[in-house]
This record gives sequence, structure tokens and C-alpha cells, in this order.
Amino acid sequence: MDTKVTRKVALTILLLAPGVLFAGGARLLYTAPHINETDKAAIQRGARIFINYCLTCHSAEYMRYKRIADDLGISEDIMKKNLMFASDKIHEGMAVAIESDDARRWFGVPPPDLSVTARARTREWLYNYFTTFYRDDKSPVGVNNVTFPGVAMPNILWELQGWQEPVYETRTNAKGEQERIIVDMKLVEPGKQTEKEFKQTIRDLVTFMVYMAEPAELERHRLGFWVLAFLLVLLMISYALKREYWRDVH
Amino acid sequence: MLETVLNKMTAIPASLLAWIDKRYPVTRMWNEHLAQYYAPKNFNFWYFFGSLALVVLVIQIVTGIFLTMNYKPSAAEAFASVEFIMRDVNYGWLIRYMHSTGASAFFIVVYLHMFRGLMYGSYKQPRELLWILGMLIYMTLMAEAFLGYLLPWGQMSFWGAQVIVSLFEAMPFGIGAPLAEWIRGDFTISDATLNRFFAYHVIAVPLVLLALVAAHIIALHEVGSNNPDGIDIKKYKDEKGIPLDGIPFHPYYTVKDIVGVLVFLILFFSVVFYAPEMGGWFLEHNNFVPADPLRTPEHIAPLWYFTPFYSILRAFTYPFLGVDAKLWGVLAMGTSQILFFFLPWLDRSPVRSIRYRGPYFRYALYSFALAFVVLGYLGVKSPTETDLFLFSNTVWAQIFTVIYFAFFLLMPWYTKMDKDEDRPVPERVTG
Repeated sequence: MDTKVTRKVALTILLLAPGVLFAGGARLLYTAPHINETDKAAIQRGARIFINYCLTCHSAEYMRYKRIADDLGISEDIMKKNLMFASDKIHEGMAVAIESDDARRWFGVPPPDLSVTARARTREWLYNYFTTFYRDDKSPVGVNNVTFPGVAMPNILWELQGWQEPVYETRTNAKGEQERIIVDMKLVEPGKQTEKEFKQTIRDLVTFMVYMAEPAELERHRLGFWVLAFLLVLLMISYALKREYWRDVH
Repeated sequence: MLETVLNKMTAIPASLLAWIDKRYPVTRMWNEHLAQYYAPKNFNFWYFFGSLALVVLVIQIVTGIFLTMNYKPSAAEAFASVEFIMRDVNYGWLIRYMHSTGASAFFIVVYLHMFRGLMYGSYKQPRELLWILGMLIYMTLMAEAFLGYLLPWGQMSFWGAQVIVSLFEAMPFGIGAPLAEWIRGDFTISDATLNRFFAYHVIAVPLVLLALVAAHIIALHEVGSNNPDGIDIKKYKDEKGIPLDGIPFHPYYTVKDIVGVLVFLILFFSVVFYAPEMGGWFLEHNNFVPADPLRTPEHIAPLWYFTPFYSILRAFTYPFLGVDAKLWGVLAMGTSQILFFFLPWLDRSPVRSIRYRGPYFRYALYSFALAFVVLGYLGVKSPTETDLFLFSNTVWAQIFTVIYFAFFLLMPWYTKMDKDEDRPVPERVTG
């Protein structure tokens, strides 16, 4: 083969290499269902779950009650009556009821503020985290989590979900060793909700957390369309102008 | 119709203009830098990135000014003030995303601008100083980006700064630790560090940057622009002394660059409005966790524009000659940037443009570009990553670090070896 061709082949392989070489990443059990961050009904249902279950220990101090009411189009009265239990100050952020010193004593770590957690962890991670709690007698809190092993948080949604057990499978890992890994979850003790209902609950909760992490997202998508449309029109005009000027360049 | 409107708009009363011209050379400057600055007529796609870099600079300065109006440079308030901007300031999210996207856009544009210089030999005589000034801009830009990245006070801000400042500790003769301490103003990254980084980021470094940009443009207009053929257009002039292959920058390149700017803005705002995090490449996920000096993240990586150099730093894992690995890494990382300054003298070929150069330079440049991209990719990944093809991250980084340095260090030889295979350079620009 002539050297030029050899060189080209070598170059092509090198150029393609990075894509093939470096696959892989963190292992999550489930692919999250599609989260529609503009679904106001889902955000509202999620807000109710968040406020009832999460807000007892976790704050969301950057998220103001008023902003939720405005974005979801609900009145201050309804907001106060249905969604504000920890505070009556609608212009304030969602503060937490428990003291952080108490929390440290009970859980070992103070529960983190959840305002922007959906951005730090991603929605896939959150969906997996909420759906992969299981009973584990070896853990000090009696439960464990596949997505966040050794987590200090108890399964706060157990009354809705019931109790799960992990499904193990023996697989050969990259080093050729046999390994027992968790591949799925099995419901062993039903809760108040069916499995399908619970999945919907989690989906709503994640939708709310995604909204809460960036309330501007709704506005961002709306405004973006007009900005881009304007720039496109301007591009067409400026291209015509350029063509006109450049006619006399030979 | 358009012509008449433009004429009317530019028809400032001649007497007023004359009055000003006697006191300030406004007409002369306009002509020297725009209306009578003759640029080669054959600029291609690669020549958009200079003006785009200016556009991004303006975006960064304007959005930066508005951000400072609500940002609080204090360890206790910084993270919350950024969220305040994102939620409670009118269009604060837009200003912040323009600034964060602008940072990455700046590097994309500057890297493409530099690659253009490499392809068409824009660093070669007589543009050595132009190239050096450009490299100084690039170094200053890196400092600016590094300083600014501390300000959101997230986990990556904190630990990224911790890692980079600790590199100075590798300096020998006992100057390392005091130097790092002097930079931080404390024994660790702290409120004091945040305060001074804020001062550098919003005023000190931007002043230097603006001065260098002005010097870069003055140098460019003194020697004239290079072009994709890498030939001198001043060789053939008409009877008025105007280069035959030159066209006045204004209006020809102003109207052309406006098209480039609009295409750029469409891409830029697509990111700003629809993917401001860019999947974690422009805004890292972990930076949405407030800085916590007691919790080291599992994996610390700088933003993508620093990762090629971060990879080079990490590629040095053995102590040689009684010097420990960390110092070797720091020296190599510094050298990998300093080498750019010597390009005009490392390149021994009489030909500027890649269009007419022999095969050695062309393959060297492609390999270098590939090494830069791969090192950048490896720098994002954890050094212990085992999922890679054949070798570990570190071994791949070592291989591509060798290619990176070979591009510069072997240049005096391979650019000479090309002599017999160079293609004839045309007398006048082609298309």
C-alpha cells in the first residue's frame, strides 16, 4: 500500500478513536420517564408531595412561595391554604421546620437544601434515587438505596410505596470475576399507592424539583423563540446586504 | 434607496467634522482602520473568528457589569446571590447565562482563531509581534476565566481553585508555599480569596485584556492581514498604491462580518435559551452544590477549555532527576503554553499557508489538533478511568502529550524536510 493511503487510514482511525474508546458512565437502574417541565398540573402535584414529605426536613430557601403561586397561576389564598404549612410569609423562601442541630443529631448530617438539587444531580438520578430504596438490616437506618448507597435518609415515601427488595443477578465483570449486582427492584409489601401510581407520584415530584431548580426555564423557552426568530430575519437581511456590496468584488 | 438612506445618515455636516478633525483625528482613524484599511479579498470561513472574539468580549463586559450589580463577593453570600440573580433579578437569568455561555464561547472562538493562524502561517514574519500579542491575550483570558470561575462559589469553583492554586506550591526553593498563600490571601481558599479574585476578575484583568486587544489590532493594521494563500498582497499595487488583491475593510468586511456575527449569535442564543448547561460542559452539575471546604468531591475537573493542559499536568506521574512528578507536571503545563510564543522561530519553512506546504507540516498540524482535542477529553475524565480503549487515561494522556510537544519541538526539522514537497505559491490570491 502506498504511504499516502496508509497515512490517511491511520489518521482516520485516530480521528474515530475517541468516540469508540471512551464509552461508559455511572450506572442507574432505570431510565427516567420523560419529564415535561412545562406541565403545570404535574408541577402542582409535585409541589404538594414536596411540601408534605420533603419540606419537613429539607429546606428550599431560594424558592419563594409567591413565585410558585405566580408561575402556576394559583391565588395567594389557595397557596396559603393548601401548600403553606411551614410558614405564612408568602414572599419568603421555603424554610424548614426542624433545627439543623437536631437534624445533625438524628441523621448525622444536616439534610441539604434542595432548591437547586435537580441541577446538581440531574433528573435521571433523582428518579432513580426515589425509586430504589430497599430494606437493609445491615444499614443503621434500616434502609438502603441503590442509587445512593449508604444514604442517611430513611425512605420517607414508604407509606405510599410500600417496601421493596432488590433483585440480584450474578454477572461477570470486566476483570472476569463473578459479581452479584442489583438489577431490579421487587415490591414485597404494598403501600397506599399501586406501583403505577407511585411511579406517577415520583414523576410529579421530579418535575417539581426540576422546575424549582430553575423557575426561569419556562420563560427561557418562550423568550428564546422570539430572540432566535428576530436574529434569523436579521441574518437574511444582512446576507442580502453583503451580497449586494460584494457584487463588485472580483 | 438604501444607498440614499445611508448617505443621509453618514452626512454629518462637513463643517462639524472639520471642527472635530482639527482637534481629534477622527476621519484619519476611520480611514486608517476601516475605510482605507485594505484587507485581502480572499478571506474564508476561518477569518470570522477575530471579529467574533471582539463581539464576545463586548458581551462579557456588558453582562459582567450587570452581574456585579447584584453579585456579592463574600463566602457567606456568593452562592445565594447567584441564585438571587437567577430568580429575582429581572432577566438576571438571561444576563447570567449570557456570561457563562460567553466564557465557553470565548474559548471556542479563540481556539478557532488560533488554529487559523497555525493553518495559514499567520505567526510568521512579519507578524511575530501580532502573534505574541495574541498569545498574551489568550493567557490573560485564561487567567480571567479561572478567576471568574471561583465567583459562583460552588463545589467546583472552590475545589478547582484549590487544585490550581496548590500547583504553585510545587515551586522549588521554598517559594512554593508562601507564593500560594500570597495568591489566596489565606492558608486555604476562603472569603479573602473570593474577594481578591472578584477584584482581579472585574477590573484588573479586563483592563489588561482591553489594552492587549488594542495593541493586537494596532499590530495587525501595521503589518496587514494574512490570507488563506499566505501571500503578501502589497507586492502588486495599482497606480494609487492600493493592493490589487485588497478591498477596503469597510464596507466589504464590515457587512460580511455582520453576517458572521448573526450566525454566531443564533448559535450562541440557542445555547443560552435552550441548553445553558450544555450537558455539564458549560455549567458543571457539581457547581450547583454550594462550596464546602470539608467535603472534597470525588472527581475535580476544570471546565473544558483548560482540560488539555490539565491532562498534560496529570500525565507526569514519575519523579525524574530528583524532581518530583508534580513539579514536572507543572513545568510541562507551563511549557505547553509558552511554546506557542516561539512558533515564529521554530517554523523554518519559507511557505506560510498550509495550502502550499509539504506533507510533514500538514500531518504534524492535524496530529497536534487531534492531540489537543483528545487531551481535552481525557482531562474531563477521572485519571483512574478504566473504561478506555486498551490503556488507562494516564497512558493515553502520556501518548498524546508526547504528540503535543513533538509538534513544537520537532518543528525546526520537519518544516525543513518539507522543502522539496512544497507546492508552488501563487503570485496573486486565488478565489
